[in-house]
Amino acid sequence: MKSLSEIETTAKRASKAAGFSWGEAEEIGKCIRQLEMFNLPGIKHLNSYFIDKKKNTYENLSSINQSNSSSSNPYCPIILGISFLDQLKILENYEKIYISNIAYPIIFLSFLSRSSEIIGKKIKVKFEEKEILLNLNVNIYSNFLNIEFPNYSKNLEINFIENKDNFNEDEWNSLYKLSENTFVEETDSLKKGAAGAGLTDND
Amino acid sequence: MKVQLRDPNTIMKLSRLGSFHQSKLSFLRSFLNEFKDWEYKRDLFNLDRFGYGHAVYSFKKDKRTYSLICFANKIKDDERSDRVIATKWDAAFTLHDGVPTQKDIDRLKNEVPRQEVGRLSFKELTLSRANKSVRVFNHVVERLSEGKQPDLELLSNVGYLYRTTAVYGSGKFGLADRFRIKNREEINGPFRLEMMLVYLVRQFTFDQVNHVAHHKNPSKSVVLDRKICKNLGIGNSTGLGMAPFIVNHPTLLNNWVMSREIALKKIREIKIVKKKDSVLFIDCLKKSLTNITSWNTDSEYQQIKIKNLLKDIKKFMHFIDNNFDFEDEYPFNQIYLWLEDKACEECIEYVVSIMMEPYNEITNPLVSQMSSEEDKYFTIPTNRTTKDLINIIEKKYSNILKINFEKKQNTQNFWFISKNKEEPRLADRFKEGGSKLEQPLAIARDVKKLHKKLLDTKKNSTVAEFLSKNSELRHIVRRVFIVEKFPYSEIQDNTIGKNLMPIDMLRLKLSFFGALKFDPRSDKWLRICMFQGAPLPDELQNYDEQWVYRSSN
Repeated sequence: MKSLSEIETTAKRASKAAGFSWGEAEEIGKCIRQLEMFNLPGIKHLNSYFIDKKKNTYENLSSINQSNSSSSNPYCPIILGISFLDQLKILENYEKIYISNIAYPIIFLSFLSRSSEIIGKKIKVKFEEKEILLNLNVNIYSNFLNIEFPNYSKNLEINFIENKDNFNEDEWNSLYKLSENTFVEETDSLKKGAAGAGLTDND
Repeated sequence: MKVQLRDPNTIMKLSRLGSFHQSKLSFLRSFLNEFKDWEYKRDLFNLDRFGYGHAVYSFKKDKRTYSLICFANKIKDDERSDRVIATKWDAAFTLHDGVPTQKDIDRLKNEVPRQEVGRLSFKELTLSRANKSVRVFNHVVERLSEGKQPDLELLSNVGYLYRTTAVYGSGKFGLADRFRIKNREEINGPFRLEMMLVYLVRQFTFDQVNHVAHHKNPSKSVVLDRKICKNLGIGNSTGLGMAPFIVNHPTLLNNWVMSREIALKKIREIKIVKKKDSVLFIDCLKKSLTNITSWNTDSEYQQIKIKNLLKDIKKFMHFIDNNFDFEDEYPFNQIYLWLEDKACEECIEYVVSIMMEPYNEITNPLVSQMSSEEDKYFTIPTNRTTKDLINIIEKKYSNILKINFEKKQNTQNFWFISKNKEEPRLADRFKEGGSKLEQPLAIARDVKKLHKKLLDTKKNSTVAEFLSKNSELRHIVRRVFIVEKFPYSEIQDNTIGKNLMPIDMLRLKLSFFGALKFDPRSDKWLRICMFQGAPLPDELQNYDEQWVYRSSN
């Protein structure tokens, strides 16, 4: 088994050899390491992309808007991913971002996963009926485990999920009430000796 | 009185970094301190009469066990090489996480002796190999088998029975990634398990030499005297492989140097020094002279440094004996100021290391701050502006900006990864091919390039906008934001100039390992000794903390 350190180093060096700058290669190494740690096929897709890249042309999208569409060639997932990371502070103001025509979306997902950690929000990604939840770069959850990841996505939708509770108030109150059964009623004499007792808070 | 931390523009120059010495913060000393109350055991010793076979040594505490598995092999004299291109060694080692089963040993027997071309698993933590100093090893076997102890002068000149030629960890060749072990309480300092491996290898070398001598002459042989064992360490040959590490791990480098600087600052700020502490300082200083006078090297470069060190140390001791009173206020600050004024860099850093000896309460908390969560600082803050970048560069790299990279001599060298052995190498840009595949280690040149580009761009924009048009500078933009937070993260010097002494970079790292007696064999590799004078494993529960300065070699 390859260690994650070997995966990161090799992905970085291969990316440099494939024509990316050292700084970009460093980003790619980190992302592929993360994908492999989540047991997703990072090495496999990066390798396929670099082989395809020799034969096909891919579009570099360096300025991302709310809606992005490449008319001819698919977007390069790496430049797209790095641009997404770099412009994150602006992009998070959009509720949803649409990208059509993107090659090797799993590579792009790894950049989105890091983005989720940086902004501290979960990110939901939808493409071709597939749904993926990127959870602060701690894990990646999807509804299509064990199904081959596609090499191409026609329409991809990114949704920043605002931080909010995953349960309703009734559920919380019910559980909280149960937790109160671990508390002990305090007597008046104990209350008098508690922190701040006997002082006026306006002195 | 508040003392300022020393200026990175002075401390992070290569000549200064190449003058660093071991100290209480060094990893081999903090390793011994951490593992002193662990149970040491030789679990298996399955060698034939010539010393070939395998052995297992362990450290155990509560439910945790670390086991060193040693494989000693017969090799021909012409196969023995310390160079990284070697494929066979006298012995090969791995540190296993837990107690190895017979199945583990069988698996490792096929992999560990092959080193870089073998495959390890997440159950192995570190990997190494070593060659005998044949002259010393055979001499010791001969003498012990005759019932005599070896010639101390010969041993003193060499200092070890074996020397390692590489120690690998952190995920190399399938070894466990650091993230798997980093939260263990006992792994609270860098390179701790690499140090454990080397330390246990040292014991193996003593056991092996005794074993071979005994089988050579069972009726007459004696074992190697414990005092002699203690004064032997493990040698190490280190080449350029180590140099890029300190460039590639800026926050880690910062935390090492910062810990040293904080320790020095706190010691200089002590107003009244207790008698016992000044006595210990002077005692270590005087006894350390043996380390200088027994420091043998053929390197003219190092001989000059040693000569100047010895001259300045004697001058310093004269000053302490005749013109100095430890009862004055802030005595260590006075000492430091005297050194800055009167002593060479080698001597300044030598005494700075010794100043730490009395102060466990200062150094111990710093040991746990010498690791780094590097990923936390990886993301570039792209919402910052190009003006911010210019300001940081002009503040943090002021000396670097003075270097003229138009001059050929300032870009003479380039770093590359050798195809043959996947190891870093340095070559002349104007004589050798391959500079197009240069590694991103020319930080000074690239910082200057970034600065010029930023000034040319004129318009103040976000870093994101700048990077979208200048992706080739991305790696250096990342570093600039790191140095903003970590003042000692960057070597403030040119790492590709004609006058570069790569061994300064090696020396810096090795001093933090705790190495002694740096012996440059060229400007690109050196030999050192580790654990010379250190307690033996069965003495760890109660050992002299200042053993480094009390070695008789």
